[in-house]
This record gives sequence, structure tokens and C-alpha cells, in this order.
Amino acid sequence: MDLNFSADEQAFRREVRDFIDASLPASIRDKVRNGVRLDRDDLLAWHKILYKKGWIAPEWPKEYGGTGWNAVQRHIFDEECGDAGTPITIPFGLRMVAPVIMEFGSPEQKNFFLPKILSGEHWWCQGYSEPGAGSDLASLKTRAERQGDHYIVNGQKTWTTLAQYADWIFCLVRTGTEGRQQESISFLLIDMKTPGITVRPIIMIDGGHEINEVWFENVKVPADNRVGEENKGWTYAKYLLGHERTGIAGVGRSKAALKRLKNIARRESADGRPLIEDQRFRDKIAQVEMELQALEITNLRVISAEQEHRAPGPEASILKIKGSEIQQTLSELAMQAMGHYALPYRGEAADDPEAAALASEYGGKSAAHYFNLRKTTIYGGSNEIQKNIISRMILGL
Amino acid sequence: MNFNFTEEQTALQDSLKRYIAKDYGFDKRRALARSPEGCSAEAWRQYAEFGVLALPFPEEFGGLNGTAVDTMVVMEALGPGLVLEPYLATVVLCGHLIRDAGGKAHKEILLPAISGGELRMALAHYEPNTRYELNHIATKAKADGKSWVLDGAKAVVLHGGMADKLIVSARSSGKERDDSGISLFVVDRKASGVSVCDYPTQDGNRAADVTLKGVRVDADALLGAKDQALPAIERALDYGIAALCAEALGIVTVLNAATLEYLKTRKQFGQAIGKFQALQHRMAEMIIAAEQGRSMMYLAAVKADSADAANRRRAISMAKAYIGQATRFIGQQAIQLHGGMGVTDELIVGHWFKRLTVINALFGDADHHLGKFSDMLLSESAQAAPKAAHTEAKRVRQGAT
Repeated sequence: MDLNFSADEQAFRREVRDFIDASLPASIRDKVRNGVRLDRDDLLAWHKILYKKGWIAPEWPKEYGGTGWNAVQRHIFDEECGDAGTPITIPFGLRMVAPVIMEFGSPEQKNFFLPKILSGEHWWCQGYSEPGAGSDLASLKTRAERQGDHYIVNGQKTWTTLAQYADWIFCLVRTGTEGRQQESISFLLIDMKTPGITVRPIIMIDGGHEINEVWFENVKVPADNRVGEENKGWTYAKYLLGHERTGIAGVGRSKAALKRLKNIARRESADGRPLIEDQRFRDKIAQVEMELQALEITNLRVISAEQEHRAPGPEASILKIKGSEIQQTLSELAMQAMGHYALPYRGEAADDPEAAALASEYGGKSAAHYFNLRKTTIYGGSNEIQKNIISRMILGL
Repeated sequence: MNFNFTEEQTALQDSLKRYIAKDYGFDKRRALARSPEGCSAEAWRQYAEFGVLALPFPEEFGGLNGTAVDTMVVMEALGPGLVLEPYLATVVLCGHLIRDAGGKAHKEILLPAISGGELRMALAHYEPNTRYELNHIATKAKADGKSWVLDGAKAVVLHGGMADKLIVSARSSGKERDDSGISLFVVDRKASGVSVCDYPTQDGNRAADVTLKGVRVDADALLGAKDQALPAIERALDYGIAALCAEALGIVTVLNAATLEYLKTRKQFGQAIGKFQALQHRMAEMIIAAEQGRSMMYLAAVKADSADAANRRRAISMAKAYIGQATRFIGQQAIQLHGGMGVTDELIVGHWFKRLTVINALFGDADHHLGKFSDMLLSESAQAAPKAAHTEAKRVRQGAT
């Protein structure tokens, strides 16, 4: 048993840190640190920097343009990105649809889509949830009728993150009526420029435009854009959900958030002393730091098991539950630390880089961040669904 | 980085588990707890045979040169058996104290005797009305010619009544709560002036209040350097905490398994109660708490051997606080999910819960260690200066209102 990183791993960490230091544009780094929403150009700029370096897809096999890093190296990379305040890379192409295409796609799909996901030419979004199909995803109703070489798609997807920027959407659609509802779902890749697709913004609790409704009205999709077999889409969807586990805990980001929280607590004052000297508040920081410390090691245990190709366990659900709870607690404490200065609200103005440049690294956005992060225990399979998964898959209840 | 056990560690854990399952069943344990001896001499011989009594000692003194991770492996395996022998007191607390603070003479005499199973020891450190303070020592040690005279009282000395020898901390100089001025003495339990009030604790183990009245010991009873014992005591107790964390994880692992089995077999409303979502989610939370606790157990064991005291204490306090919280939750919920059966003496479940409760109270409870860790945040160096001046930030925020 050894919790230390090896000399090689430490050297790798330095290499990553040096690269980020040298390559991350200051304007983007400041936006991330100030909690300002990143726009499409910011996200793509960072994507392209990593692409040029060959580091955009650490999870991919080397043959498709992956880095060939092991799980520990991927973890170190995540941690360093979190610490330095890089933008996250958008998961929908790189970590969601790409693994499905690699595993189940046709040679043509692989040749066409994978390089464009890698380079950032195609921005992807995820067409899973519907107004009537959230946690009960398999009850989805969006229909795809086969007509010759095409499907005609009608229906509505929702909570579609950053669909306003997307070039392509991967969708679960109903292609049959027979058998269990899981057995009549197919997995389609749809060009967002196809006539009949409408994207409508949903403004979130923090005032930001992050998610959307996507409507399909007689949208004509070539049958060649179906992944794998018809009515086997649920299998591919499950593969996707179980695929990416390394980053799910968000340890690197939360460590950076904890550091920021401590900085705020050192600078804000209470009763004429730094807030961190207030024991009641400091104990809350200590409590969340303990949770994070435990999660970091649990995450490393999962990574090291993955490294040795041991069978995946229930850990992904544990990482998701604890990781999301910790993110929420950290954002809540950051807001609480601001006292009544957490109250000023400037709405969309806070997304304006010029306004943000005037703000401190924590000013004005802490409450919005707190409101926004309520999503973490809801998305990606709500934490209650995760407990159902643990109960069924691990406990056999 | 790896989380694997060595072959030796796995073999040792397997042997201990087999021994507990075969020769240390719940009924036998219950009878032992009620016996005058309070534990099993036969089991103690077995531990000696397994080598676990020699585990942390250097080879030159007949030991196996084991690490805190080795001790973790042992304690996790022994936990489910609720064993009553003074392993923690003798090997983990006194053994590490002698190993790390003692001179060659003490090591040569005491360590082989412990290893062979011939010597049981207990650490008499905490005193009445001092709660978990380690430097609050009022027991006096006065030099008198070539000997020392000890006077004072020691509270809840774990396994004090069944120890052949005690390691007694006493103040050889300074004021009652000074860090320096504390010394350690090896004292025969049956020495003149030592009185021992032995009693059972909530978990069926034994402890004792020890009174020292004019106890005269030779100069060579002094263990380690005069006046400088506190860091060594802290370190030994840190080993003790890491060991208790492992024992607690050993217990919650079987407690969770027993509770899960109960959910699958107990029927109400015509079905197994494990079909009810309220109970499924509770059980999932118990599993999560155990996994997170296990991570902290690893942290404590790996850091317990660290010579960097600040680094070590950070990990130990975090682990004790976290595992205290997690095992309290698991223990209480295991009782709850067992319903009426959970509050009977008949099931081992309640006995596991009582041991977890005792573990939480030993060497500082969850609140105590959360507080200690929290106070460490004060001394963390401040991060680099903020980007924007605080006043500037406030001006902007005020402008925004």
C-alpha cells in the first residue's frame, strides 16, 4: 500500500503544470477564476490548444488520437487542470458519443466523426432527456419512423446543455412498439442544421443560458446515421453511462474550489478578525475538506482498480453522489462567507467580461454559483437514482 | 501509488479471519467477557504464534519490523471478532512507545517478552477531569536519590487490570498543563502503592482506574528521556488511533453485511423489507459511508508511520473524526434497520455497535478531532495575494446594488 505518487508521476505532473502555465490564455483563466460564464470561443480556444498538444482526448485509445496515459496520469491531468483553472472540455463529443462510435459505430462513422470531435470541428450535444422522460429515461417518446433510407424524427428533447452551440446531437429515439420499452430504442446521430430542428433556451435559476429545449418536426435523418442496430440503442446508452468514470468525482475542481473558499474566509472579516478565525465557520470548512480528502482517496482506489483492469464496481455511483454533494457544499460556504455581499445580482451583466474584469475573483458570482450547482445532484442520473443503482447492482436488493 | 496488500499481509489477514471464525465465536466471546480473567489466555498464545504480538518491533529485538499498514491489516481482521485481549494496549500503545522512546535496555527486556506473549502491558496516561488533553498531567514524579516516587491518579486505563506492567506518565517538572516536563515510567502493576480498580466497559472489555501512592521505582524505570515524553505519547496514541480506525472498519464491514442479509430475509407486508426504497437508500448510504471510511483508514495507516508530526497529525485527526462520524451513522442505522432485534442483547449487531461507540470515545471523539483538524487550517499558509484588492472588490459590489 502506497499513497504517494511515483517520481515518474510527479515528473508528469510538472510537465502538465508547465504546459498549462505556458498555454492557458490569461483572459480565459481569469474568467474561470472569477466564475464568469465561458462562451463558445473560450471553450473552443482551449479545446484547440489541447488538440494541438495532442492532449484533448486522454480517455481515447491511442489509435484514435488518445494520449496513451494510464488512469493515474489522467487523474493528475484532471487535478492540474482544476487547480490551474482551465475550462472543462465539453464531454458530449469527447467522452460520451465518441466511445459509443468507437465501440458500435460503422467504419464510415468512425472515419467521419472521430477526427472532427478530436479537432473541435464538431460540437456535440446530448439528446436524452424529454419532458416526460427524466429519471425514467426508457419511457422516452421522440419517434423515428423509417422511410426508405431515412428516418423521420418527431418529438422534443430537453435540458440539452449548450445545444445553442452544437453542430450535432446524439439522440435516443423510439423506433418500435414491440416488447419492453428498452427494446425499441435506437441511437441516432443528427446534424443540427437539418431543417425542422428548433432550439429554444431555458434560462436557469442563476439567470444563465446553459440548457435548452430541442424540438424535432419531421426531421429527415439518413439511416446511415444510426449507430449499431435498430432497437439496440438502450444497450449503447447504458455503455455510454458506464463508460467514463475517472472524472466523475470532480476532485481536482473541488480542490481548487476549496482553496478559493479558504482564501475568501481569510480575507472576509467577522468581528474584526478574518472569518477563518470564526470557529463555527472554520469547522464547516474542515468538515467539507474531510469529505473531499476521503473522496480523493476513494477516487484513487477506483483509478488504481481501473489501472489493473479489475471489474468496475459500484464506485461510479459513490463518486457521483459524494462528488456532487461536496461541490454543492463548497459553493454554499463560499456564498455564506460573503455575507450580504453575496446578495447583489447583476444577471446577464455578470456574463459580460468587462463587468467581470472589475469584480474580485469571488465577487458577485458566489450566490449564482450556489444556485447553479443545485443541478449537480440532479443531472447525470439524480443522486436518488444513483442510490437505486447501488441498491440494485451492488446490494442485490 | 497502489492499494494492494503484500502476499504476507493477505495471508496474515486470512489466517486471523479463519481463527476468529473458527475459535472465537460470539458465544465464546460472551462467556470470556463474563469470566474473571476477562479475556482468553489461549487466544493470546495464538496471537503470539501468528506473530502479531511481535509485528511492529525491530528485528534485532525479535520483531517483524512491521508498518502501521501491517497493524491495520491485523486490527481490521480482529474487529469483527470483538476480541477481548489487550492487543491495542500491549502491542500498539505500549509496544510503539517502547520502540520509539525507550532505550536499548528497555527494548531488550520488554519487546521480546511482549512478542512471546509473556508480558501484557497497559498505558496509564489520561487522568480524571482532563478529557482528551494529552499534556494535562498532574501525577507527580519526584526524584529521591536513585529512585523516583510517583503520586497521582490515572483514569480508565485500558486493560489496566490484566496488565503485568504499566507505563505511567507523570510530571517530573513544570506546571500541570505544560507540554514539557512529562516523563514515562515502567511500573509493575503489583508494585507497592499501586492500587487498581478494575471494571468492565460498555463493550465488554476491561479498564481500570489506577491510583499511585508513594510508588517508588528505580532510576532505570524511566522510559526514554526525562521531561520529554509528550511527543512520544502523542505518536503512540496516533498509532492507537490508526489501529482503532482499522478495527472500526473491520466492524462496519460485517455490520453492513449482516444488515443487508437482514433486509433480504426479514419479511413484512408480504415481502422482504429490502424491497422498500426508504430502506434501500439508507443501506446505500451506509455502504457509501463505509467506503469513504475505508479510504480514511488507509490514509491514517499510511501516515501513522510518518516522521513529519504535523502531516501525521492532520491525517490522524481527519481519519478519527471522519470514521467516528461514519461508523456512528452506520452503527445507529444498522440497529434501526434490524428493528426490535437490533436492541436485544442476543444479536451480535448490538455488540458491534457498542464497540464502535467505545472506539469513537477513545483518544478523542469525532468532535474533538474535527476541532483539532479545523484549528490546523489556521496555520496553513495563506495563498498568493488576491488578484483584485479587497476594497476594490467591495466598491464594485456596492456599485452593483
